[in-house]
Amino acid sequence: MRHLLIPILLIAGVARAGEDAIELKEAPGRALVEANCVACHSLDYIQMNSPFLDRKGWEASVNKMIKVMGAPVKEEDAKAIVDYLHAAYGK
Amino acid sequence: MTIDRRRFLATAAGMAVAGPTLAAPGGGPAGLPAGALESAAWDTLPGKQPLIKRSWRPPNFETPTRYFGEAFTPNDAFFVRYHLSNIPQVDAAGWAVEIGGDAAEKAIRFTLDQLKSDFEAVEIAALCQCSGNRRGLSDPHVPGVQWGYGAMGNARWKGVRLKDVLAKAGIKAGALEVAFDGADGGLTEKTPDFVKSIPLWKALDEHTLIAWEMNGEPLPHWNGYPARIVVPGWTATYWMKHLTSIAILSQPFKGFWMTPAYRIPKGRFPVVDRFLSQETDANTPITEMVVNSLVTNLREGMTYKANSPLFVRGIAWDGGYGISRVEVSRDGGKLWELAELGADLGRFSWRQWSFAFVPKPGDYVVMAKATNRIGATQTFDLVFNPAGYHNNVVQRIPIVCA
Repeated sequence: MRHLLIPILLIAGVARAGEDAIELKEAPGRALVEANCVACHSLDYIQMNSPFLDRKGWEASVNKMIKVMGAPVKEEDAKAIVDYLHAAYGK
Repeated sequence: MTIDRRRFLATAAGMAVAGPTLAAPGGGPAGLPAGALESAAWDTLPGKQPLIKRSWRPPNFETPTRYFGEAFTPNDAFFVRYHLSNIPQVDAAGWAVEIGGDAAEKAIRFTLDQLKSDFEAVEIAALCQCSGNRRGLSDPHVPGVQWGYGAMGNARWKGVRLKDVLAKAGIKAGALEVAFDGADGGLTEKTPDFVKSIPLWKALDEHTLIAWEMNGEPLPHWNGYPARIVVPGWTATYWMKHLTSIAILSQPFKGFWMTPAYRIPKGRFPVVDRFLSQETDANTPITEMVVNSLVTNLREGMTYKANSPLFVRGIAWDGGYGISRVEVSRDGGKLWELAELGADLGRFSWRQWSFAFVPKPGDYVVMAKATNRIGATQTFDLVFNPAGYHNNVVQRIPIVCA
């Protein structure tokens, strides 16, 4: 039911200056996380939701992004993403 | 590759990627996750004052508490909350809202000019509060936007009654829910569009509006320009921004944002309004706001002047029954005294209050607790729930007087 007959100027994923300055922690898998997650949201979502999720918690978040939100993440990448999030931003 | 992707997005947006990024707000409410405190920043969205950035994209920006000393929250300081990153600038001149659905007698559409000329305009003062306001204070923490106290604002909303507009389409017998869609969406085709429904009875409530004005001005872009739904008393998840279509439905709407999202466990909160067509054995959609209050002028750990009047100021609100009293304690909850209530701006607005005492030198723990006209009050212990909704735990603010 989206965009019905409405002339609109699409601003695809408004990126703001501050977003470019985000530096995720260095750990194996960082590039993979950046490449996948940034397609739909800024990486501060990861920082903000830390450090209170355990491995299961990050797994649930990544699964939600793939299965519910439709993130096009390859199956073999999903585990590496969870590994990184747990190692760098988990409890 | 990541940087390229970001630059691409910025370029595609045609936006200037300059602008000040100020220092992080510093501190924030104690109790937020460490990562939320560190990643918060001051930033200025176009047309807004500097607000507390929780996430850049989609933009989630919190109003600093100092604005809550005013009866109505300025439009340029009003909080911003989006689920999805594809946010169009809607052109009001070409805008129209489509009314339809399987339980509508006919499909019909209205331009903004038609809404303004064909219906009686009404204005209502109402608090708009995100369901997850104070989520960051949940113990244990739960995932989501880690809001402090500022995912809310009080405003005068002007528009037309939704029920008058629905009547023009005609409502069939058997209509059950009314669903709203807005112009914002996801960046992939598979992302569930943000669509919300409310029960027919709530859609027909005379206070439920299609609004185009906020505090006497057009809605800011970030708050739903050119028109949004206003559901006084209910949390802001139902207040659809950038409204594009309304569907009168004979069946419960089953989108992700209705189920499993925005659910509370059944029977744990003292709420009256129920959304029966959406209830399951385990949970139910969030509906009305619970009774709550906020101290707006005292800061934790600060030192104030002894032996002269100290004013404790704040606001209190609920789901639309109206605040009947606010009690203040200065000794951590042993003795409670009545605060003086400010002007009644309507039962859907927050109510300002104040309390004064002359402190001797020493340590104090200030607390405030609101009660509404049906006797509901705040809780001292968090009612934990997995999405961090309905946090109305009484604040404890330690201060020193010297």
